[in-house]
Amino acid sequence: MRRGRPRNSTPPLRAKARRAPHLRRKSLTLTVLCAVMVVYTLLPLAWLAINATKSQQNLFDSFGLWFKGFGFFSNIGDTFSYQHDIFGRWLLNTLMYVVVGAGGATLLATLAGYGLAKFDFAGKKAVFAVVIGAVAVPATALAVPTFLMFSKMGLTDTPWAIIIPSLISPFGLYLMWTFSSEAVPAEIMESARMDGAGEFRTFFSVSLPLLAPGIVTVLLFNVVTTWNNYFLPLIMLKNQNWYPLTLGLSTWNDQAHTAGGEVVFNLVITGSLITIIPLIAAFLLLQRYWQSGLSAGSVKG
Amino acid sequence: MASPPLDLARPGPRRPARRRRSLVGWRFVSPFMALFALVFLAPIGYSIYLSLYKTKLIGGTQFVGLQNYSDAFGDSQFWTSFARVALFLVVQVPIMLGLALLLALAIDSGRLYGAAFFRISVFLPYAVPAVVATLMWSFMYGTQFGLVRDIDKHFGVTLPDPLSPHLILASIGNIVTWEWVGYNMLILYSALRVVNPSLYEAAAIEGAGQFRLIWSIKLPALRPALVIATIFSIIGSFQLFNEPSILKHLAPNAITTFYTPNYYAYSLSFEGQQFNYSATVAIVMGVATMIVAYAVQLRGMRKAV
Repeated sequence: MRRGRPRNSTPPLRAKARRAPHLRRKSLTLTVLCAVMVVYTLLPLAWLAINATKSQQNLFDSFGLWFKGFGFFSNIGDTFSYQHDIFGRWLLNTLMYVVVGAGGATLLATLAGYGLAKFDFAGKKAVFAVVIGAVAVPATALAVPTFLMFSKMGLTDTPWAIIIPSLISPFGLYLMWTFSSEAVPAEIMESARMDGAGEFRTFFSVSLPLLAPGIVTVLLFNVVTTWNNYFLPLIMLKNQNWYPLTLGLSTWNDQAHTAGGEVVFNLVITGSLITIIPLIAAFLLLQRYWQSGLSAGSVKG
Repeated sequence: MASPPLDLARPGPRRPARRRRSLVGWRFVSPFMALFALVFLAPIGYSIYLSLYKTKLIGGTQFVGLQNYSDAFGDSQFWTSFARVALFLVVQVPIMLGLALLLALAIDSGRLYGAAFFRISVFLPYAVPAVVATLMWSFMYGTQFGLVRDIDKHFGVTLPDPLSPHLILASIGNIVTWEWVGYNMLILYSALRVVNPSLYEAAAIEGAGQFRLIWSIKLPALRPALVIATIFSIIGSFQLFNEPSILKHLAPNAITTFYTPNYYAYSLSFEGQQFNYSATVAIVMGVATMIVAYAVQLRGMRKAV
């Protein structure tokens, strides 16, 4: 079935192949200047990693960018056992919101983006205008009316209040629309049809592999958005058992500032580190895919 | 039929493959649109409806027409918060996008040692939730065990407190810049990667230097990506909420319940139970965001011609 161009040959230009020779001379000055920027971006992460190894007491009486004692593993143990193991619950909630919400959002955006790019149908212009208009309406502006609506529907304080809004990503649709129009040549679809494949069969067996870099990119962006979501859970959830990590951590942090609340900065810091590691790992591991997807899809004016 | 070469430097969707299957497209699009109607269109409609009513102590909920809107336009708390995010937008966004642009150009120039390392390190903060980023920076800003305290103690100086009322907006600006500079850099860098290489060859033959190359080839190629990055940054600024909301406990005197318009809408709803007025504020901000974003887009595109 898979004939025509081999996958990957379509959009991404390999950066190295196109460098003009005179551009290859390395500059130490430029490297040092950019290194300043890297120090700025990595310093807080280094601070977090270093301080995740300290006990609450040592946080207060040691220099922030150096170690004192090594309580990393006891911090991790305390983070997970504090308040009847609720951190693990928050972690699982976050994973569930991400798998269902971001996964579903990617699926819907891929189908719709492909449909918009590859077919002509009545009402297509209206669909496009409405969705692109929605990109400019940030989700946070809709949060209050969504809350009121969901509360009438009895959905607040349930996981659905987080999952349903996460399923729609206008930006993801936009990325998949531009990506599909570049990455899936009409001739390939045509030849699949001539082999007798229906449109969905063509989509799954022919187009989907070509769309892979775009899908990985959109998936990663949706995962980040869902994993990092704070505002929506903040207004939708009362029951701590449904909290995601972000809301849980800010609740722990707030304890220090409320009367009689227990101060657990070491757990907030260690919990924060645990929260960011999966995403950073995903970005590093999938680097090759999302970067090519981004250059091929995201930059179309 | 041979496929035409893809002209990547001049983006734009190609013509749809087929024009006759008029319902197949809907089968792909309708799942998205059904949910979209539920989580975008319905709340927008509902908040417009809410904004036309008012709940009074006596008489219950009444239709008041545009009164909530005229209240908003005369509301000094709303304008204070609006002015604050406007100031934030005017100062923080150019700094952030300027840094992102310089970095993207530096990485794309091919003159950096370890360019891949730079690209990924600067991008990493994007993977950090705003909550965690704000917590991290607030600890570092803090006088209890933060870096500010460390510097004060070790060097015998007294740095200005980043959480004081006159510095807190700048401190928030720093957090937002830290979170988004790498993301914007990557959007711009991706736009640079799809510049047609023959343009560089032509420029090299004509003896163009680096700056000429940037001015005449790279910046024009970056314009659409810069417009998009600017629009997303405008939306982000006008919707500022997470950072001030997390910092509020640390700087209760500096951060009011109407610190940003979004924070104001939140406080009105969830602390004041004024849902109708809150919906009005959200709509006014949504419209303002779209107007500014649209103006930027028009201006950006006009220059391109």
